[in-house]
Amino acid sequence: MSLTELEFQGETTGSGPVQVIQGRSPWVLAWRRLRQDKVAVASLIVILLLALLAILAPVIAAWVGHPPNTPYTNQGLSSTGLPVAPSSTFFFGTDDLGRDLFIRVLYGAQVSLLVGFVSTLIGTVLGVAVGMMAGYFGGWIDTVLARSTDAVLAFPYVVLALALAVVFGPSLLEVIVVISFFSWAAIARVVRGQTLSIKEKEYIEAARSIGASPMRIMVLDILPNLIAPVLVLATLAIPTAIVFEATLSFLGVGVQPPTASWGNLLSQAQAFYQTSWWYLIFPTAFLLLTTLAFNLLGDGVRDALDPRTERLFAAQRKRGRARSKGAKPAATVEGAS
Amino acid sequence: MSLLEVRDLRVSFRTADGVVRAVRGVSFDVDAGRTIGIVGESGSGKTVLTQTLLGLTPGAEVSGQAVFDGTDLLALDEEQMRRVRGAQIAVIFQDPLTSLHPLYKVGWQISEMIRSHDKSVSKAAAAEKSVELLDRVGIPHPRQRVNDYPHQFSGGMRQRAMIAMALSLSPKLIIADEPTTALDATVQAQILDLLLRLQRDSDTALIMITHDLGVVADIADEVLVMYAGRAAEIASKRDIFYRPHHPYTKGLLESIPNSSAGAARLRPITGQPPSLINVPSGCAFHPRCAYVMDKCLTDEPVLTPVGEDGFHQSACWLPVSAAGLSEEAEEARKRSVGEARGEAAAKVAEEIADRPEAEGSVIA
Amino acid sequence: MTSPQAATPAAAPPGEDDVLVRVENLVKYFPIRGPGLLARTVGHVQAVDGVSLELRRGQTLGLVGETGSGKTTLARCIAGLIPITSGRVIFDGHDIAGLSRRAMRPYRRDIQMIFQDPYGSLNPRRRVGSIIGDPFAVHHTASGAARKRAIQELMERVGLNPEHYNRFPAEFSGGQRQRIGLARALALRPKLIIADEPVSALDVSIQAQILNLLADLQNDFGLTYLFIAHDLEVVRHVSNQVTVMYLGRICEQGPKDPVYEKPRHPYTAALLSAAPAADPDAAAARQRIILTGDIPSPINPPSGCRFHPRCPKAQDLCHEQDPPLETKPGDVPEHQTACHFPVQPGEDLTTTSTIAAADASTGTGGEGSSLTGGAA
Repeated sequence: MSLTELEFQGETTGSGPVQVIQGRSPWVLAWRRLRQDKVAVASLIVILLLALLAILAPVIAAWVGHPPNTPYTNQGLSSTGLPVAPSSTFFFGTDDLGRDLFIRVLYGAQVSLLVGFVSTLIGTVLGVAVGMMAGYFGGWIDTVLARSTDAVLAFPYVVLALALAVVFGPSLLEVIVVISFFSWAAIARVVRGQTLSIKEKEYIEAARSIGASPMRIMVLDILPNLIAPVLVLATLAIPTAIVFEATLSFLGVGVQPPTASWGNLLSQAQAFYQTSWWYLIFPTAFLLLTTLAFNLLGDGVRDALDPRTERLFAAQRKRGRARSKGAKPAATVEGAS
Repeated sequence: MSLLEVRDLRVSFRTADGVVRAVRGVSFDVDAGRTIGIVGESGSGKTVLTQTLLGLTPGAEVSGQAVFDGTDLLALDEEQMRRVRGAQIAVIFQDPLTSLHPLYKVGWQISEMIRSHDKSVSKAAAAEKSVELLDRVGIPHPRQRVNDYPHQFSGGMRQRAMIAMALSLSPKLIIADEPTTALDATVQAQILDLLLRLQRDSDTALIMITHDLGVVADIADEVLVMYAGRAAEIASKRDIFYRPHHPYTKGLLESIPNSSAGAARLRPITGQPPSLINVPSGCAFHPRCAYVMDKCLTDEPVLTPVGEDGFHQSACWLPVSAAGLSEEAEEARKRSVGEARGEAAAKVAEEIADRPEAEGSVIA
Repeated sequence: MTSPQAATPAAAPPGEDDVLVRVENLVKYFPIRGPGLLARTVGHVQAVDGVSLELRRGQTLGLVGETGSGKTTLARCIAGLIPITSGRVIFDGHDIAGLSRRAMRPYRRDIQMIFQDPYGSLNPRRRVGSIIGDPFAVHHTASGAARKRAIQELMERVGLNPEHYNRFPAEFSGGQRQRIGLARALALRPKLIIADEPVSALDVSIQAQILNLLADLQNDFGLTYLFIAHDLEVVRHVSNQVTVMYLGRICEQGPKDPVYEKPRHPYTAALLSAAPAADPDAAAARQRIILTGDIPSPINPPSGCRFHPRCPKAQDLCHEQDPPLETKPGDVPEHQTACHFPVQPGEDLTTTSTIAAADASTGTGGEGSSLTGGAA
């Protein structure tokens, strides 16, 4: 019997004084584990703060008195016409046109988070639908869907983005469409694999044996079991989308100036990195902090949703500590843990 | 002196939900050439017990003694333990597929096992030995079969290969953890037959962990019945089956469908095994015991002799005369329960009788 | 595909009204596809190959066999979960083999399954009340408060606390989960319950609880059981009739007592002798027939009698000719055996010289190859 099985015994078969735990749902348990993960909680706080700043950007701009697209040619530019350094007037300094960089970075956060969430949402819904259908129905449906997934994954996305930008003109909508189009395939692939394994479970057989329709089985029996892996994938897809947006905007095929986005801020800043470090540093720092926070949160969510991997790692850490340095386990140890 | 003497072994794990007390003070001996069957249900601690002997329970808090051939296994460090494991004590697990490495040839794994403990053996000699071992465990065409990968073996053959590996260093003790549970009946018979034969030839001691009383009846000499991390009863095989003293042992025997009994209704033990985090007070079996007495709720019984040979011991407050399946033994049980059941125990007995599965089982 | 097994009807056919399910010459082959996009079928797993049997109302048919015998596949065919290759499944007078999902729907209420794995057969992400209520929802038979009441009655009937309605499967032990599965199966008051190894994953003491419960429910609801198990003592305890399968075929079937006490097929005899008995004296006294080798692959089963490579009594005829399933002289009419050289009472198979040893030394194809999925 494994350690996890023991713990399981402890959790469930309470005799004697009966443990009264009303419907401890797997989600409640996962949330409880997530709350104990300091890194994940810190990441979550960072993300929530960022979101708050992004939402409140107009309020902050009004309070500071610096609209995002207003150039302050007198206070905002030095005598030689260069951006001015951070000060109590301009917290992050100004850009090359004398606009308040702090306000522009906050407005950039709006774009980044909007693109990150919306395109991930679209990509996830699409990916789950395609992956689940391919996995559940199999046969030619699977062949068609799986091959299109592969095709999308193989596509050079920058080329497509450039092409679309030329055809439709670069815009926020175009960015969201392009990113959504590329993000569903990775999710579909994982969901298909998960569906294939869930399909073999006896409870699916049980549902079929009482006459449940494929739709009912997919929605009620398969989907709830996909939420955990999909949640992890989606959390990790958001920073990818944000970086993707920044890349497109940086290349000039994404969000267009004067609308601020971290990508186009960086694009403009690159000419000034020798004279005005803040111009490059602040957008970069925000981009880095955001993607890092999402990635760490994603890891935390994964550990919280799959306690077995977490506990396994914990056990390994303990074992590593207990074992004298570098001792290789004998062949007989395999399968014991 | 016995080959292995386990004294007051205790093992516990810290988990998020509390301390799991998997083994709570178990003592037993194993002699060379003998087979002891350790019987228990899931969560009885039988597997943790033997894994602890081999240092395979990382993170556990262990106390007690396990003297094997003069050395205390629990005091060994990892490197010393590694030398004991395999060479002197070998293990056979339930699922050979997880114990055999899928990417290495079976023969190579056996040779490696030999050479990891004795570097002086040449590769050729070790390879020759692995052919010989596969032949000994009854694998046809061993010379070709050594070059197979585990997935090319059937379940029964994999278990034979595991046994070959266990035998490779001529251990003094083999621990077999449910070695036949995953196998079909006819294959199980082959494997048990093989284990018995090999043991007889080499005078090896065998610890057989199983939930299957049928396996025990087949190959054990002595039997240790475990419940909730403690020894409920220990006796020779015949005493366990024909003169059980502990109500848990008796309950297990009566739970098995048995053609000779011919009863239309089985007599199950009611309720569920307890949590090892929250072990019931007194005797851990009392919430399921039809013979519950007041004392059982508060005082934990220890193993005491209940037979003439002195070896048969049971951890139960019932008198010695309660051993056995006869009418008289049942009378003795009822008599002592009648004397010693007060209000508290009567309440527990009522709860037991209220359970849906209690119908048909013995309630005094 | 015709099989000699189908040629011999039961010697004393019971009245048609007594029979709830009649399986006639059922064949199920799983195609094995080659690699590639437009995969060609390169072979077949002959999981079930010409099986005929009857289930009588209110009785239990025990289906015994080892891994690869096809017993689970047969059960899934009868339950209509997988399409059959050929043959007929007559349920309550109607042939239900090959019905579409829609046409099968009315029969779904009458045929329910319980599964082996108490952990795998309940969706871990759904609450117990919702799981047990699934049949009501699918068949629109009860909703709202009425459904909840019905679910709680079911929970009580199978020995669960109705207040645990909102809990998740993970909060129950193995035995309790098996009760949940039973409650779900009972929801629509079925006529037939197919139980695939319902107690083999449970501890001994819990196993007895579930077996008693199954017996009670059979009495109360007049259920017919198809009970699949590898534990012969369990099957003997629950069954009226027993069918022994080997490699997709029936080798012996009949009323429980004659089959157990006077087995005629060498495989049945070996199986019975190999079963562990929880009785040391009986174990010591028993003469075990140790079969050589493993069950061969159902992809390429042996010619003639499928058991011949492992049979201690096999002769040349067994290589060549498939023995029909028929009543042997001296047996009760319903006791049928598919063997050219049935075991005689008192015969000692442990000492019989065998061609199996010779076969083993030439290396039968089945020994090493792993069985392909779906055949179990």
